[in-house]
Amino acid sequence: MIRGRVIKYGDDVDTDVIIPARYLKHGADPEVLRRHAMEDLDPEFPVKVRERRIIVAGRNFGYGSSREQAPLALKYAGVEVVLAESFARIFFRNAINVGLPVMEVPGISEVVEDGDEVKVDLRSGLVRVTGKGELRGTRIPDFLMEILEAGGLVPYLRRRFHAEDSPDSG
Amino acid sequence: MRTAIEKILARASGRDVSVGDIVEAEIDVYMTHDPMGALVEDALNEIGAGVKHPERVVAIQDHFVPAKDIESAILSMRLREFHRRFGFGSYYEVGRGGICHVVMPEEGHVVPGDVVVGTDSHTPTSGALGAFAVGIGATEMAAAMALGRLWFKVPPTILIRGEGSFPPLVHAKDLILKVISTIGTDGAIYKVLEFDGPAVRELEMDERFVLTNMSVEAGAKTGFISPDEVTFRYLEGRASKPPRPEYSDRGSFEEELTFDVSSLEPLVAAPHSPANVRAASEVDEEIDQAFIGSCTGGRLSDLKAAVRILRGRKVSERVRLIVIPGSRRVYREALRMGLIESLVESGAAVGPPSCGPCLGAHLGVLGPGEVGISSSNRNFRGRMGHPESRVYLASPSTVAASALTGRVTDPREVVS
Repeated sequence: MIRGRVIKYGDDVDTDVIIPARYLKHGADPEVLRRHAMEDLDPEFPVKVRERRIIVAGRNFGYGSSREQAPLALKYAGVEVVLAESFARIFFRNAINVGLPVMEVPGISEVVEDGDEVKVDLRSGLVRVTGKGELRGTRIPDFLMEILEAGGLVPYLRRRFHAEDSPDSG
Repeated sequence: MRTAIEKILARASGRDVSVGDIVEAEIDVYMTHDPMGALVEDALNEIGAGVKHPERVVAIQDHFVPAKDIESAILSMRLREFHRRFGFGSYYEVGRGGICHVVMPEEGHVVPGDVVVGTDSHTPTSGALGAFAVGIGATEMAAAMALGRLWFKVPPTILIRGEGSFPPLVHAKDLILKVISTIGTDGAIYKVLEFDGPAVRELEMDERFVLTNMSVEAGAKTGFISPDEVTFRYLEGRASKPPRPEYSDRGSFEEELTFDVSSLEPLVAAPHSPANVRAASEVDEEIDQAFIGSCTGGRLSDLKAAVRILRGRKVSERVRLIVIPGSRRVYREALRMGLIESLVESGAAVGPPSCGPCLGAHLGVLGPGEVGISSSNRNFRGRMGHPESRVYLASPSTVAASALTGRVTDPREVVS
């Protein structure tokens, strides 16, 4: 269960505002990513995220580039979950792979306002909005939930490679 | 009734598939580049795995090259060392390759029917050759390299039919901008855009790559064009393996949309979205910089289109024209044909093959408040430089015409 207050954004929050390309030369340096997350969209983000660790957004969150630094930047900044009407597909996969929970919640941008308090149960897909009732998100498929619960694709595969005698079989 | 993509994924996963299934497909071609190679190798090291098919990996130095500063030099070194450690099938050093999405098809790394993954969102470019080509993140690339396979949800396909014939000075870029503005930036999320129809069939490969490349700007998983004589002629002398072409069955599409290109006019995508499209003739704005380059505007046909507008004329006093050939092959051919000389005469600054300013990396970054027009594929806020800069996307003809006049210009206005 993830619980907390919301920072809200609109549609088409693209990868280039989540983490501008000018910082990609630093690889995936956590300090650089943390410091510059959302810089071109919302300069107040670093202050907001200290208190509010849930992002709610509209359609097509993570639109654009395949840079994994985008979900990493949000994760390093302290974001605990992103709930959106829909996600760009590469961002969605990248987020799960780096261990940042993301869930599609149709209708959420209509109901939830900046600063609202929400409770999120990823397993059931249920989102409870304090004083406003419940929304049902699209449950994350079980095999992706396993990756998420392992902390991301790297720890998930490390386990798999070291648990099997012949990791290449199959 | 199956789409070409379902058939390719069925072959690659060794089972029957239909839309919505989650399958594990064998990967035929892996592509990575300097901004992501180090992250891929780090993830592989953490997983504790090697590369199952190094001979299928293509590594290309293209984003921050030639190195613009120490950090990018380190990323470049890391890609070079990654290649040396595993002995990849192909490696393109600075100056000997170019932009990955120009180089991949041009050097014959992709054939029809291939499953291609790349650590770059514009990997769908190669879909114009009849391949299933998708962009993935660095960690996922490490997983795919380690396992030789990757999971995919079998996507439905939307057919985009181009009817009619392209008018003069109207390009594939204008058609794809029209498509993106019609279906929206998320109009094809988790879906494939397949392009067909007489207007698409009359395009050479250079222009077809623009359609599949920018499918991702409509949210698509990939873009696809089934192979025909144009494709097979392009593959002659390049492809190193036999093609396995697949074709969509009639009636297998989730949706079919028709666009009559005969009535299409030169378009621009205004700041800050590729879907914010209007006629070039309707925009009244001065520009500071014009850029002809990138994986949707740096091919030979793009440079030819620019020269057709600019030959013997000078670009506006107020404008910097930046020209970056997309690859060594494009550069060499453009030199041989006198295109580079002509562009330099017109006032262009010509850079070495690289992604350059497309993603605000180097070689023409915009300052605060500056306005650029670009033959590239994205105009998000801050994409080409300062967050207060503004970018119009357009065809090479429209970019060249705008460089000439110093304002966003319909190319038909400057050609007699």
